[in-house]
This record gives sequence, structure tokens and C-alpha cells, in this order.
Amino acid sequence: MNHVSQRNTHYCFLDAQGQNLEPLPSDISLDWLRAAYRHMVLIRALDKKVVALQRTGQMRTYPSCLGQEAIGVGIGLALQENDIFVPYYRDQATLYLRGVTLTQIMQIWGGDERGHLFTGHAHRDLPLCIPIATQMTHAAGVAVALKSRAEPHAALVTCGDGATSKGDFSEALNLAALWHLPLVSVINNNQWAISVPLTMQTAASTLAQKAIAAGMDGIRVDGNDVVAVYHAVDLALKKARSGKGPTLIEAVSYRLTDHTTADDATRYRDIQQVNDAWEREPIKRLQTWLHAQHAWDPAQETALLEAVRTEVDAAVAAYLALPPQAADEFLQFQFAQMTKPLTAQQRYQQVRFATDSGTQDPQGAR
Amino acid sequence: MDARELTMVEAVTLALRRAMLDDPSVVLLGEDIGTNGGVFRATEGLKAEFGYKRVMDTPLAESMIAGMSVGMATQGLKPVAEIQFMGFIFAAMEQIVCHAARMRNRTRGRLHCPLVIRAPFGGGIGAPEHHSESTEALFAHIPGLRVVIPSSPVRAYGLLLSAIRDPDPVLFLEPKRIYRIVRQRVTDHGKGLPLDTCFTLRQGDDITLVSWGAAMHETLQAATQLQQRGVSVEVIDVATISPLDMDTILSSVMRTGRCVIVQEAARNGGIASEISARLAEDAMAYLRAPVQRVTGFDTPMPYPRHEHFYLPTVADIVNACEKTLEAPSTTAWRPYEIF
Repeated sequence: MNHVSQRNTHYCFLDAQGQNLEPLPSDISLDWLRAAYRHMVLIRALDKKVVALQRTGQMRTYPSCLGQEAIGVGIGLALQENDIFVPYYRDQATLYLRGVTLTQIMQIWGGDERGHLFTGHAHRDLPLCIPIATQMTHAAGVAVALKSRAEPHAALVTCGDGATSKGDFSEALNLAALWHLPLVSVINNNQWAISVPLTMQTAASTLAQKAIAAGMDGIRVDGNDVVAVYHAVDLALKKARSGKGPTLIEAVSYRLTDHTTADDATRYRDIQQVNDAWEREPIKRLQTWLHAQHAWDPAQETALLEAVRTEVDAAVAAYLALPPQAADEFLQFQFAQMTKPLTAQQRYQQVRFATDSGTQDPQGAR
Repeated sequence: MDARELTMVEAVTLALRRAMLDDPSVVLLGEDIGTNGGVFRATEGLKAEFGYKRVMDTPLAESMIAGMSVGMATQGLKPVAEIQFMGFIFAAMEQIVCHAARMRNRTRGRLHCPLVIRAPFGGGIGAPEHHSESTEALFAHIPGLRVVIPSSPVRAYGLLLSAIRDPDPVLFLEPKRIYRIVRQRVTDHGKGLPLDTCFTLRQGDDITLVSWGAAMHETLQAATQLQQRGVSVEVIDVATISPLDMDTILSSVMRTGRCVIVQEAARNGGIASEISARLAEDAMAYLRAPVQRVTGFDTPMPYPRHEHFYLPTVADIVNACEKTLEAPSTTAWRPYEIF
């Protein structure tokens, strides 16, 4: 593990050129690497499609994860079924690997709460968290619950680099270290918090070193190396599950596109920096490595792209075919049982929307 | 069954203990609540009885206390968190408003958030600045949150038990000025009181007095004075200020035709304003006089030497009632009469 206070060092197996910096961990097989590659390619295809849907008025504001696929896939492959995932809002890859469908991901960003009806491994996971860093303390509470029942599972929470400036981030780390909680916190350091670069966010040399003040281990990994992310998260999760306490992981990556579809990064960011970052992006380096090992060929690539397109297109079709919510559905989830005031408001709403379908979205999009 | 003369704060402790005995998923957390038993002693003896894993002394961080409670509540625990004074709840506001109150809605019922946040509130104990707030209306405005305020030891016991058993988040505000000024026989029978109804403490025909929390104390004294002068006074303790049970208040005011609402909180935008608006919407035809509000002022609570300048008094309430009773109309004012 590298010293966390040196900005230019981090944990890395595959460098930007797809060369081995050190031998791969023994549990990383070619099959594992091909699977990780497929997941990353799928998520990038989803991302591209969702942005296209937004540009054509069929999707709402959406935060792309372009360039950060290795972080989400590395986490998703390291999590076990009974761990609890506490996401922020750029975790499409991990959600997918937890069993959240591509359609549900689109549903959430398409403006429909029903996308949060997670099943599969995600059935106990928390919903996406939009207020910055607030999910960090939720995850600490989840870890308290796991620990109080002596469950051999861990909580894993994600946040962006901007979140490390907030109180909830520090408050949660402080508690996790103090109470020795089974919690792994992963920072997706994509260098930008909307228009604010990391150099304007903190004077700290690294974000991982914030673990030192809390009193826990901090690890800095190359967030564009899916092996490094997986390996660090896997070790941290095993440590947490076995009662050996929390870990903070800084995964260094780069946001290759706008903050969300409502943002225009050309206003504040030099294109040369973005172009340079494309040279370090995660999918190309793994593809290069697989080719060099003769573990991947153009025919497999063509077949994968076709399979991915089919999967994404099917998910889009399902998303576009989703029946709208009834006009009074949003009133029904405030409390376990309807209260008198809400029952009255529900009657009002039913009358209000009785004359038309009650389902037309005035902005035309779903 | 064991029944003892208890203060309100002792009744709170009794309910916490009962809830913890009945349900192993109930855990307490907060600042100074364990070894110290809470700065008001509301959790006295509970750490010794239930251990540190169920009575957790947390680091000093209100947002964390609320946020971790959200996480715990989504995973099968029933956290009962103490915010030491309501004046310090604002750091936790984002967690309460953006997460606790929305978890069920956001996940369409997949997860829910059965947590209680207890906070002593209100003025009149001579505490330093920021220790005397009555900002209950801020929270009553938030959808998805129940806001419950007891005004007697018996109701503190019953309402807190129901709050802890409720499957949704409850803000339980304890009027600390009356923590110890009244004793009442409280039986530890384990029965909760309903969270969806006001409590009619006295029945009467001439005027309805509505209040909650510590101001209930002065309101009842004012009612006694009026009754001694032959006025028949109905007294309602709202108790759960959100969601608001207007049925009880409306049916009373439709009968008496007169209403005075008493709140310690600032005048602007309070629960008294909401009740007054609802009476105007739904009971205008029954009102014999304008609804009166007796409230605090649109300032922070003064420093302790001058709190008495701020707090509504028995005389203020009696005066408002007299004004209401003197209002000219002897028959119900009806909208059509103005034409």
C-alpha cells in the first residue's frame, strides 16, 4: 500500500498503457478480467444511450459516469450479496452489479421514484443520495446496525471528491474509526465538483489522508485500474466483515464529461486536460492488456458490442414502455398508513385529475 | 400495577425503559445520554440497565446523530436519538428533512425510517442563548414527519411509547419548562396514546382554548380563572401538531363559536396560524368572534434575565379570551349576512 499523503503515488496494477506495473493478484483470472471489461463496456454504452435520450427529451437531468466505470465495477464485483451498498448518484455500474436493472436506473433519472424498488442483492441497499455527503452518516448507521447484530457483513458508501469538504464526511469517518465499524468509504475522486477542481477544494495532498485524522486506514488507488479498485475494496471489505474496522479508499479518476446533462464543462475546463485524461481512461487500458495477453480479439469485441447494444436497447424499450404513475400515487408513501389530511388531499387529487388521464406530463417527457 | 407520582422527565425515562424492555431493536443514542444519563436525566439509569450497545454515548455531532439514525432505521433498528437542546437541531435539519422524512417516499415503501428524535425545547428555564427555542413549526411544515409534543407526565409516557412504535419518523419535542413542575400518577402499563388526535382536557360550551407543550400549563390556569367567573371553557391539547387533527378542534369551535390559540413560539407562521387559517376555511360560519392568537414575539427568545418579557402569561390568555367573549355578535356570523 502506498503512503497516502503523496499525491502522485497510488495503488495500481495496470498502467495507462495497459502494462503491468506489478503482477496481478492471485485471485484475478482472465475470466474475471473479461467479465470486468464487459461490465465496463456495458455501463459506458448505457451512459451514452441515456445522454442521447436526454438530448432528445426522453430523459431528465442525468449524471454521466463516463471515465469512472472502473470504480463502479471494481466496487460492484467486490461487494457480496449481504453487504449493504450506500450509493451517491454516480454509481450506475455498482447498482447494475447489485441487481438494479438498467431500466430502473433510467427510471430514476427519468423522474420516476419506482426505480428505487431495488431487488436482488440491492433489496436492503439505500437509494441514491443526492445531497452531498449526507449518505456518509447513513452508512455509518448501517454499519452500526450490522455490528449490533454481529452480522459478518459490511457497509460500503461512495462519495465524490467535493463531498470530502463537508461535515457529514468527517463526522461519519470519525464515528466509524471510533466505533470500529464495518464500513468501507470510497471516494470517486474525479477531480471536479461541477466547476470546482480539486485544487480549489482542499489543501490536503490527497483525500485518502483524511483517514489519518479520523484514525483509520486510508488507501489511494488508481481509479482507472479496475484491478486496483477491486483489490483495494475487496481487502477493505474483508477487513470490515471480520471485525477489523473501517477503511477509506480514494479512487483517483477523471470526469470525462459534464457534471450532469445540465452542465457545460467547456465553460470552466481546458480541453487539453480532458484529452490527456482520455489517455488514462479505464476501458482502453484493460482492452490493451487483454489484447496483449491474447485473451481478447476483434471478433470477441464485435460480439460484445452487439450484445451490449441489444441489452441496452431492450432496457430502453422497457423504460419507454413503463406505465405512468397514477396522479395520486405520490401521496401514498408518506407514512405507513394514510393520514386524515393526506386522505383528503388524495380525494382532491383524484377529482382534480378525473377529467383527463391524469398521467400527462406537461413537459412531454416521461 | 405499579403506579407512581412522576414528573414529565421521569415519565419519559419510564417510557424509554418500557420500550427497550418490550423491543430489543430499540436503541438510544445521543450526547451525554449514557453514563451521564442526559443533561436533563431523561436517560438516567438506562445505560447501567441495558448496556452501552443499546444506550450509545455518541461523539458531539448532531448531523451525524440524525444521519446515522436514518441508516440504522433502514436496517431494522429503532433508534431513539436525543438532540440535547432544540437550539442545536439545525445541524441535523438536512438529515431530518432530506432523508428521515423522505425515505419511505423516495423508495416507494421499500425502506422506511422508524426513528424518534427527542429534543427538549422551549424557554423559561433561564438557560443560555440557543437553549430556549420553540421552532416546532419548522418541522411541522415538513411532509413525512410526525411532530409530537406532550404536556403532562401521562401523555409524555403514552405518546413517547407510540412514537417509538410508529413505523415512521417522529420528532418528539419535550417542553423542558414543565419537565419537573407537575407530578402525575403514571402507570407503567405499556399502552401508547394515539398520535393522530388532539386531547380534550376540559369540556365547555363558551370558548375553546387550544395549546400544546409548556404553554398548556398557563392555558389551564387561564381556563380555571375563567371558569371561576362562570365561563364554560373547553381546553384542547393539540399534542401531535403534525399531522394536525383538525376534526377535534373544528367540532369544538363549531360548538363554542370562539377560539383562542396559545403558543410559546414566535407569532409569524406558527402552528397557531395554521389552526387559525383552517378555522377560517372550515368554520367561518360558526365563529361568533375572530380567532385570537396569544404567542411569543417575532424575535429570538431574550437572554434569560428577560425571558418573562417574551413568554405568554396567564393574564395574556385571560385577556384574549375576554376580548373574544366580548365580541359583539351574539349569533353566529354568516358570510351571507354581509350582503
